[in-house]
Amino acid sequence: MKYETVIGLEIHAQLSAKTKIFCSCKTDFGAPANTQVCPVCLGLPGALPVLNRKVLEYAVKTGLALGCEITQLTSFDRKNYFYPDLPKSYQISQLFLPICRNGSVEIETENGKKRIGISEIHMEEDAGKLIHSEEENLTYIDFNRCGVALLEIVSQPDFTSADEVTAYIEKLCRILKYIDVCDCKMQEGSLRADINLSVRPEGQKELGTRTEMKNLNSLREIRRAINYEANRQAELIESGKKVIRRTLRWDDGKGQSIPMRDKEDAADYKYFPEPDLPPVFVSKEYIDGIRSQIPELPDSRTERYVNELGLSEYDARLLSESVHISDFYEKVINGCGEYKEAANWITGELMRLMKLNSVPDENIPVSPESLVEIINMLKAGEINRTVAKAAFEESFINKAKPREYVEKNNLKLFTDTEKIRLVLTKVISENEKSVSDYKSGKSSAFGYITGQAMKALNSKAPVKEVQKILKQLLG
Amino acid sequence: MKEIHEMTAVEISEKIKCGELGAEECAAVFLDRAEKYDGVLNCFTYIDRETVLKRAAEVQKGVKSGRYSGRLAGAVVAVKDNICVKDMPASCGSKILKNFTAPYNATVINRLEDEGVIVLGKTNTDEFAMGSTTETSYFGPTLNPWDLSRVPGGSSGGSAACVSAGLAPLALGTDTGGSIRQPCSFCGVSGLKPTYSAVSRFGLIAYASSFDQIGPIAKNIDDCAALYSVICGKDFSDSTSSYVNFDYGRAVTPDVRGKKIGVLTDFSGGKIDAGVKSAVLKSAEIFEELGAEVEEISMPCLEYCVPAYYILACAQASSNLARYDAVKFGFRAENCKSADELYIKSRSEGFGIEAKRRIMLGNFLLSAGYYETYYKKALKAREYIKNEFLRIFENFDLIITPVAPSTAPKLGASLKRPLEMYLADAYTAAVNLASLPACSCPCGFDPNNLPIGFQLIGKPFAEEEIIGAAKAFEEAAHFYKNPPVTNLSGGGSQ
Repeated sequence: MKYETVIGLEIHAQLSAKTKIFCSCKTDFGAPANTQVCPVCLGLPGALPVLNRKVLEYAVKTGLALGCEITQLTSFDRKNYFYPDLPKSYQISQLFLPICRNGSVEIETENGKKRIGISEIHMEEDAGKLIHSEEENLTYIDFNRCGVALLEIVSQPDFTSADEVTAYIEKLCRILKYIDVCDCKMQEGSLRADINLSVRPEGQKELGTRTEMKNLNSLREIRRAINYEANRQAELIESGKKVIRRTLRWDDGKGQSIPMRDKEDAADYKYFPEPDLPPVFVSKEYIDGIRSQIPELPDSRTERYVNELGLSEYDARLLSESVHISDFYEKVINGCGEYKEAANWITGELMRLMKLNSVPDENIPVSPESLVEIINMLKAGEINRTVAKAAFEESFINKAKPREYVEKNNLKLFTDTEKIRLVLTKVISENEKSVSDYKSGKSSAFGYITGQAMKALNSKAPVKEVQKILKQLLG
Repeated sequence: MKEIHEMTAVEISEKIKCGELGAEECAAVFLDRAEKYDGVLNCFTYIDRETVLKRAAEVQKGVKSGRYSGRLAGAVVAVKDNICVKDMPASCGSKILKNFTAPYNATVINRLEDEGVIVLGKTNTDEFAMGSTTETSYFGPTLNPWDLSRVPGGSSGGSAACVSAGLAPLALGTDTGGSIRQPCSFCGVSGLKPTYSAVSRFGLIAYASSFDQIGPIAKNIDDCAALYSVICGKDFSDSTSSYVNFDYGRAVTPDVRGKKIGVLTDFSGGKIDAGVKSAVLKSAEIFEELGAEVEEISMPCLEYCVPAYYILACAQASSNLARYDAVKFGFRAENCKSADELYIKSRSEGFGIEAKRRIMLGNFLLSAGYYETYYKKALKAREYIKNEFLRIFENFDLIITPVAPSTAPKLGASLKRPLEMYLADAYTAAVNLASLPACSCPCGFDPNNLPIGFQLIGKPFAEEEIIGAAKAFEEAAHFYKNPPVTNLSGGGSQ
């Protein structure tokens, strides 16, 4: 029998707010253990939470970018459970009135385009981190991460394959980075996924029994876990057994999903409204203010680059991938008007150098003005491509100003046609043999003459121009 | 001349400011009295002579230099042990926190220190403020200075008893369902439960977050007003706190002429001692003589206050007390082999019976399927009760009720009948449900010469109005001036 997989995702995105969600502790990654903590995030007796307004702003921004409705009267709830990394033994989260609802994201896979529904987004606090020491048989706790702001983005069960899931996560990351709310570094845990998965015989309406795999933090792991779990469930059903509803942990080393807890002792989180935080009213004006801060998103930019600027779909996507690259591109074309030329420079030289020097997108070391200067010099025939590339690399690495660099190193081409003509006349007179060969119809002789001419000009004249004048002179 | 321990805090501070008395001298008087009498009374869970005297010396300098010039500068205050004072224990009367030292000050403590008020020590409380007798404390019961065979009330029993016995002129208590007003009534002192949100809860170890309020306990209403004026107002560390417009001078101006006062002594399902009822009715007459318009009112919804209050309070408590998991601080059971065992053993051994009862009840109430039936319904009842009060306040300025249906019971009598103990909270818990302000004032004695108190309830943020009326009453009837007549060194009340 053929089986269909049904997947829903819960993505936990760590917000890039500089301070925690309910206190003013820093959120720097990799700080020494338990150095970014205070009575509030440690849940000491008597301490009270105060909402970081930046977190609300980021949540609203994310909701708007994902096409959600914003809940104008939003509030927090307590999710109660015991775990050593959770100092208050409850997590402040949102159950009854989450900040965003009913959004969607369009993804594209080999099978075409598809819209994935987002049922809700809520704000919550992260927990600490347990560090197990096998040799000492001890567990340490680092509370630095405790209280770091998270958005939980809950999708509808709209996925049917690992391809769709990875396309969705990639898309989500692109958007979150665009609006600058999350760095989406999965390897640092700033984006983690819980996967709810069930299978059903193709054509069956009702959903199968689902399992939940928690805390996956790489696309490779996610892909493997989905494929493994879908197979496992299908095989169980095939052999007449039942899928047990339970929470699983993906063991990437073993390539297996491993049960964490059964439904029998499934946690009852005993949610109730958080009495320490009054409900938050989000006004229309506030929402509009945030809406106006959201930059044009990648899909819209890609479309515009193709339709209005005539770029290839491939280049357009590459340029819109990152807001920093895309903004850079737009500044360059505003300066020089050369859509394709600018695109080539950025997807070619700029991206090559960024990758080679491991420069993150947000730190492009060369200014758009420099690239504009280079493109304009090229266009005016003042430099050739070799010089242009060298000038670009100099600006990239040594912050050189392209025009100064070209002038200082005497790399400018002759743009004075009369001067070129003078040199060429001399070259012709010195190469009588080749000239007569050319004139008698031996076309290869022209190449030789051109070479001699370029040599005499120190390669500082555009070849095309040189050949044009040569042809004129040779009649 | 009055002895120092017979003076009000405002009087003591005045004498310190004009140089008639020294801050250290005054602090020493209370330290000496605590040393002498607290062995029997058990008001304090922590008191450190050195720290107090050192601070008193600093304050004395500050008074001289003009840094401290407020109404209470130089006075000492006893602090209930569920309020954090930096570097002092904050045990909440529980074994589970008996070794916990607060690493920071509650906002109210910062405000008091800025005024040059000296923290004398920490006072006994029912475990996590859960109780009406101070008997559920891990540190043993506090005794009622009026009759050592009786409870002082609770949960702020340590604070009320120490003011009553003259071991401190002032104290901070906390009130979740009556925990300031009821012990004040049992001990013959005055107390104020402010409007919810008027005083910052930052640093108050939570019992039921949507009810908890810190408030003053003192010999008279004047001192309560002075202490309240220091601690009230917006605090950015407590998102639920409010801006407060309170003027001490306006508040302590006797003012009851022309006010409409509703009198509420009965409700269906409630029992009340004849002595208590007649003392409250007599007080209403005094108000009438002072020019107030007095009228009996009824409030049938009082019947639902106790169930609604206990559902909401226990549910919140079960969550608030979940952090005592033996992982980071507090009592830890030995030889635990797993995290689950650590939780179960430490919490089973660390919490007392009353805290456990409320934690279990709260967990049950919040369990899947029950939230709607209980918690949500109780929230609706709370809304209803709040609206009932506001409806009455359309026609009345104040409401007078008994604080409790009886005077102080004998030690051990209440704990055997917890349900009866809960039901006695109806008058006070109603006020917490409605988030209103109310004060408790001494208004007479029962045949056993035990103090009786009435409760004066006002509109939201009407603390000035309540205090003004209480002050008028105090000037007309002098119940607050009677000190306990017991031999405090021990030997019972015979």
